[in-house]
Amino acid sequence: MIRYIIRRLVGAILVVIVISMMTFGIFQIGPKLSGASPAYLYVGKVSTPAQVLRVEKRLGLDKPLVEQYWIYMKGIVAGRDFTDGDQVVDCPRPCFGYSFRLNTSVWELIKDRFPVTLSMTIGAAILWLVFGVSIGVLSALRRGSFFDRAAMVVALAGVSLPVFFTGLVLLSIFSYGPSWLQWFPNVHYVAFTENPAEWAHNLILPWVSLAFLFAALYARFTRANMLETMSEDYIRTATAKGLKRRTVVARHGLRAALTPIVTIFGLDLGALLGGAILTESTFSFPGLGLLSYNAISAQDLPIILGVTIIAAIFIVVANVVVDVLYAFIDPRVSVS
Amino acid sequence: MTVVQDQAGSYRVEGPKAFLDVRDLHVTFPSEDGKVSAVAGLSFQVERGQTLGIVGESGSGKSVSSQAILGLHKGTRAEVTGEIWLDGEELVAMSSQQMRALRGNKVAMIFQDPLSSLHPFYSIGQQIIEAYRVHNKVSKADARKRAIEMLDRVGIPNANKRVDEFPHQFSGGMRQRAMIAMALVNNPALLVADEPTTALDVTVQAQILDLMKDLQREFNSAVVIITHDLGVVAEVADKVTVMYAGRCVEQGLVRDVFYRPQMPYTWGLLSSMPRLDRERKSRLDPIPGTPPSLIDIPPGCVFNPRCTHQAAVEAEQGAPICRTDSPALVEYTDGHLVRCHLTTEQRYHIWNDEIKPKL
Repeated sequence: MIRYIIRRLVGAILVVIVISMMTFGIFQIGPKLSGASPAYLYVGKVSTPAQVLRVEKRLGLDKPLVEQYWIYMKGIVAGRDFTDGDQVVDCPRPCFGYSFRLNTSVWELIKDRFPVTLSMTIGAAILWLVFGVSIGVLSALRRGSFFDRAAMVVALAGVSLPVFFTGLVLLSIFSYGPSWLQWFPNVHYVAFTENPAEWAHNLILPWVSLAFLFAALYARFTRANMLETMSEDYIRTATAKGLKRRTVVARHGLRAALTPIVTIFGLDLGALLGGAILTESTFSFPGLGLLSYNAISAQDLPIILGVTIIAAIFIVVANVVVDVLYAFIDPRVSVS
Repeated sequence: MTVVQDQAGSYRVEGPKAFLDVRDLHVTFPSEDGKVSAVAGLSFQVERGQTLGIVGESGSGKSVSSQAILGLHKGTRAEVTGEIWLDGEELVAMSSQQMRALRGNKVAMIFQDPLSSLHPFYSIGQQIIEAYRVHNKVSKADARKRAIEMLDRVGIPNANKRVDEFPHQFSGGMRQRAMIAMALVNNPALLVADEPTTALDVTVQAQILDLMKDLQREFNSAVVIITHDLGVVAEVADKVTVMYAGRCVEQGLVRDVFYRPQMPYTWGLLSSMPRLDRERKSRLDPIPGTPPSLIDIPPGCVFNPRCTHQAAVEAEQGAPICRTDSPALVEYTDGHLVRCHLTTEQRYHIWNDEIKPKL
């Protein structure tokens, strides 16, 4: 088992390295294809060639691509120094460089913004798991009932409506609506360490809008899985043993039906931790998603590069965790 | 011991005549296209220590009727009418609660595909222990001992090690043995086996049938074995019921039905079976046509669209009654029941002159 985990981890590290090469390559080569040095993005539209050359030299953009990549990766692992004339700026590890626009360390920005994304994702994940899965199971067990049909209509709406729509509707009702409905006025992020009650109060609307979409997806997925499982032969065997219906459903049905949900949950969680761009933008929550959204608008390459690599790491790690969990859950998964 | 298709009402007052006494069983399923009459008027009796084989094509209602015996249609949309008497208790009218107490305990079932019928996430031992503990208040350790004992009894080597293995680690034959161990763990008085050998290799089939025969002798249980394989019936059954489109078309002792079959459908089944001990013919003789839709059952005899002997009936009766009147299940000899419009004399000649020589 330990060998299996180690092997998976080594594979994951290789995947992250390949992803970093690709992102680095794309973001360095991209501007060059349009005939401009990435340094232009730093200096801005009003620039003289001399300024651009100076910036290129300072940021090391005049070196060959492979060497730049090496310096970048070394910066992440060991930190690096930026020299600006006679000034030396130390960038401690993990160094993802400095933002073109904000002139702050990318890592500091990520560290600063991540708790926002984490708060939003974890809360929403709990909501959507609880509601999505239980609604899906109940729908499957009462297939064709009023509950089932109503739940599936709502789920269809949930899947079809984008987060920025549900988010804005919620905001216009509970934040800007009639005074007796203004339960969440002036929604903004408050750190958990600052005031836990305010933290939760301000996060409810983002949680609900993000969870609505995922709960709808999970309800549909769970229902389909559960229906399929309950028609399996081994469910008939369990009934033929004389087990109570409840035991058949819980011990034999759910156990098999919920296993695939572990997979998609892990991957969804990993993907969202890299930034829930739409939800964060809708509610102006300064998480990783809003950071990368603004960085994209401002063509702030180091931030885009840094967040992309961090997001990729989350997804790859989630994959490994899911695979290892699976080896425990499903005895048919061979670890050798 | 006689089975007669009585007029409704007259037999309701009678108590059971055998250990398992199924009377006029009907199972219908509602569907969008109309009612599916999966079993219509099935009756049979099985004593302890006896084996009844139910044969028929796919969709002839074999499995549906066997599941009715376990009450597996309770709580579904299927409509079950008639009577199923097991050891003096009537099962059709029984509550789900009472039925659940019998299921797996007094009456157990073995299914066709042991791989899909065993839960992939639980070890063989866990599944047998669960079956034992539903009906017996014993500790896990005792139940485990019992599970190992049963696995050992059905011929699984190293039972105390293999008890912790999962279904996918067993071979097909071993899985079916484990299934049998699970079914027999509570010493059921009635064992219903739904195509227990269909998913297995031929060599393994024989072992499983032998095992079932041994265990039946040991536990003195009644066995209902459902199969489409006449060879299996010949091997293990004492009595046989031939089903077609949800109806019993011929029933009797195995030697009667096999050596003096009286119904054109049974003739068809026997003719379409390949035989090694006869000269190889260019082709087998399949029954022409396909089974009817159970929603739209043909009027008259259910087998009439595929029967090649209707002209003989018309010549004798002066009218094509096969297409209008449903023949009754009547006694041909003691305990040998047949549902056909051909006269006894005609059947004797057709069997002896036309069918038997070609087998």
